[in-house]
Amino acid sequence: MGIIRARKLGFDYYRYDENGQVREASHAVRNVDLDIEAGQFAAVLGHNGSGKSTLAKHINALLMPTEGTLWVDGMDTRQENELWRIRQRAGMVFQNPDNQIIGTVVEEDVGFGPENMGVPTEDIWKRVDESLKAVGMTAYRYHSPNKLSGGQKQRVAIAGVMAMRPRCIVLDEPTAMLDPGGRKEVLKALRELNQKEQVTVILITHYMEEVVYADRVFVMDQGELVMQGTPREIFSHVEEMRKCGLDVPQVTMLAHELRKSGMQLPEDILTREELVDAICQ
Amino acid sequence: MIRDITLGQYYPADSVLHRLDPRTKFVGTLLFVISLFIFHTFPGYGAATVFLAGMIGLSKVPVSFMFRGLKAIFVILLLTVVFNMLLTPGQVIWQLGFLKITWEGLMQAGRMAIRLVYLVVGSSIMTLTTTPNQLTDGLENLMGPLNRIHVPVHEIAMMMSIALRFIPILMEETDKIMKAQMARGADFESGNIMQKAKNMIPLLVPLFVSAFRRANDLAMAMEARCYHGGEGRTQMKPLKYKGRDYAAYGILAGYLALGIAFRIWGI
Repeated sequence: MGIIRARKLGFDYYRYDENGQVREASHAVRNVDLDIEAGQFAAVLGHNGSGKSTLAKHINALLMPTEGTLWVDGMDTRQENELWRIRQRAGMVFQNPDNQIIGTVVEEDVGFGPENMGVPTEDIWKRVDESLKAVGMTAYRYHSPNKLSGGQKQRVAIAGVMAMRPRCIVLDEPTAMLDPGGRKEVLKALRELNQKEQVTVILITHYMEEVVYADRVFVMDQGELVMQGTPREIFSHVEEMRKCGLDVPQVTMLAHELRKSGMQLPEDILTREELVDAICQ
Repeated sequence: MIRDITLGQYYPADSVLHRLDPRTKFVGTLLFVISLFIFHTFPGYGAATVFLAGMIGLSKVPVSFMFRGLKAIFVILLLTVVFNMLLTPGQVIWQLGFLKITWEGLMQAGRMAIRLVYLVVGSSIMTLTTTPNQLTDGLENLMGPLNRIHVPVHEIAMMMSIALRFIPILMEETDKIMKAQMARGADFESGNIMQKAKNMIPLLVPLFVSAFRRANDLAMAMEARCYHGGEGRTQMKPLKYKGRDYAAYGILAGYLALGIAFRIWGI
């Protein structure tokens, strides 16, 4: 069984008027069936308001489904006595790096999660050392987070989650506020964690370039899961992706346009090298 | 420029005082303040001076930093001295109309001035050698017993340390909003106090909104990392007394005993 499993998952936001009556209900997530296997690098794509962040918050049990069920490592997120175990298994990294760092020193922030879990002191130090090393931030352990760049802050945030020894990390648009350099740093750290530590990574994003290396891509639109498959399968549907308000990577787009104008090219080109090879053949 | 403001007044150095447990330093400062009120003669103040000078020497913090805090209390100091000099009854030394300076008044003024100055310098030693974070930790630990009467000690300490972390961020944000408003013609400089205060509104409203948004995000991030209050929480850097702390307590006890002895024998 997969580490994350959702069946008919639905979540409605309600707006109330002064009398506590429901004025407006909007379906943020509707009827989502989702399976993510342990060890996968999964990406969830969608434009603003597609429900991808709402879905992410369900995996960490920050939100409870109003319909359907979500299981994290076999635990139903609606069971309140499992709440802390679910949050430990499925860590979460948010968009704004400034608003999720609690400590005034890098190493203290990384230790925050284990402290909350009641891990003994010596163990906390061991975990902090390991997690900082895993994201390549050991050299900055005594620094103040305020002095770090955006990419470094996000790596500290990832280390903070790793120190809780989760089986799965959910990242809600972790690179949206970073410059291209910082974005690369964060993605590299994530890929390494996925490959070396076998942590399941669920990356929520709207940058197409970031999902090229994913094992599985899920596309969301208006609260529904509209497509899923490998990046190659997904990006070969250029027209459908556009309907969801998403662009495919530039190279894929170029290949698509060339094919439309009559060139003989395969449909699943993802990288520049592949396109060069295909054209030169 | 606004980013350079340091919090508290911690002066980084490597001294015995810097390495002492924050609890020791807090208790020590408290005892020193008490001692200032136990001593009431000049030999006594001499002893306090020796103790204070010793601490300043140990702290490796430049003396000028110690006396910086005095600027803030200068007016209070001046008023205390003047009123004590003029209003204490006793043997008149000098008189001008209804103003008279008495010998007793002079003594009293001197005592008050010494107490105030030593009080400020003494507590400066603590804040100069302890990071705000250590101070928070120490306070949380010392206030621990208050938990029994349902004072949320851990929560208060957590709020303090979060505030410490967010002050520079909010400062930077203030700077940014200020510049953005100035670029659109806002005027923060001219006008009288009332007008200036009114001009601050376009600065304060977005600042508050963003502070609340940050608070909301942070609360969610903390929950996502299993924060559920102080219960069942362990510490990465638990406070532990070491040999030097016991030595410090020994010295403090000796110093306090001296003060009490002076008082009993009336020196």
